[in-house]
Amino acid sequence: MAVSDEPTPIVLPDDPGFGLDVQIDYPGYRSTRWRAPDRPLVTLPEELHQLEGPVFGDDAPGEDDNDLTRQHAGDPLGERIVVSGRVLDEDARPISGALVEVWQANAAGRYHHEVDQHPAPLDPNFSGAGRCLTDDEGGYRFVTVKPGAYPWGNHENAWRPAHIHFSIFGRLFTQRLVTQMYFPGDPLFAYDPIFNAVRNPKARALLVARFDLEQTQPEWALGYTWDIVLGRGAGATRIEP
Amino acid sequence: MTLPGTPSQTVGPFFTIGLCRRPKNELVARGVRLVGRLLDGQDEPVNDGVIEIFDAASGRWGRCGTDVEGRFSFLVAPDTPHVEAYVFARGLLKHQLTRIQLSDAERDDGALRFDIRLQGDRQTVFFAV
Repeated sequence: MAVSDEPTPIVLPDDPGFGLDVQIDYPGYRSTRWRAPDRPLVTLPEELHQLEGPVFGDDAPGEDDNDLTRQHAGDPLGERIVVSGRVLDEDARPISGALVEVWQANAAGRYHHEVDQHPAPLDPNFSGAGRCLTDDEGGYRFVTVKPGAYPWGNHENAWRPAHIHFSIFGRLFTQRLVTQMYFPGDPLFAYDPIFNAVRNPKARALLVARFDLEQTQPEWALGYTWDIVLGRGAGATRIEP
Repeated sequence: MTLPGTPSQTVGPFFTIGLCRRPKNELVARGVRLVGRLLDGQDEPVNDGVIEIFDAASGRWGRCGTDVEGRFSFLVAPDTPHVEAYVFARGLLKHQLTRIQLSDAERDDGALRFDIRLQGDRQTVFFAV
């Protein structure tokens, strides 16, 4: 049998047929090969549909946990930004008291993590992690610096577009979501298999924050707005036709 | 009005800085140890995964990153019949949800053991969420 010389494409063409789903066995993202489940999923037990998720009242984030620029003696280097938005359910109702956790690379594209050894400087004034609870309107807000793009070993000359990792707990247990927020107009979008594993371009657009002049603080920080919608079975709800 | 839900993305390899700064794997002060390994489709340990368990009966929740051998460990209430478990990892573009039946779990040196296999003939049963 002839073996194809065609390399695995890093990015597949758009496919709106995927709805909002991320394609978990996306071939361009190599680490999915032995990690993406390949057996049929089982129907969710009935009692989990309405089960309320964990409450984090006894381990509530501190008031400054949402300001990643004030966790050390000095200011971190980079472009200071404010990232804010609302956590909503599919019916556009705000989800208050939701725990939102974030982590990111510094402005040079380096994570404060032992596994990240790429030759960009660490910033002694930036750890890159924050958390907060949403307010009564479902609002969250982080002050940070814009993360840099960084190389990774997935394929030759692979670079991740700048992003902030988000982890969110909804009101319901099934509204759990871990995702990544991207910045508008990033030239690396077209080359990134993780971003493009969301095959529907309308769904991918939901991962991109918008620049927001109203949230921009004069003489201080650029504003980005990004709303998060937690479906039932977040990350995998259908898109309206 | 129905809003489209925000899609999922992988937790990536660096999540410990955001998710594992404080140990959160003891749901009770005294209880039974629940241990296991997170394994890929080649039975290799997944050393950059994170498991979150939720004891719905008590509302207690815990989180544990996997170690170099793919191991995780929790302390759970001894009388809990089952816990729900979310699995996240580098290479896993969307979390997976399973249920750990503690009453059926293998006993191993006083601890309950439940390995999670992400893929293949022996894949763990994951729910559609």
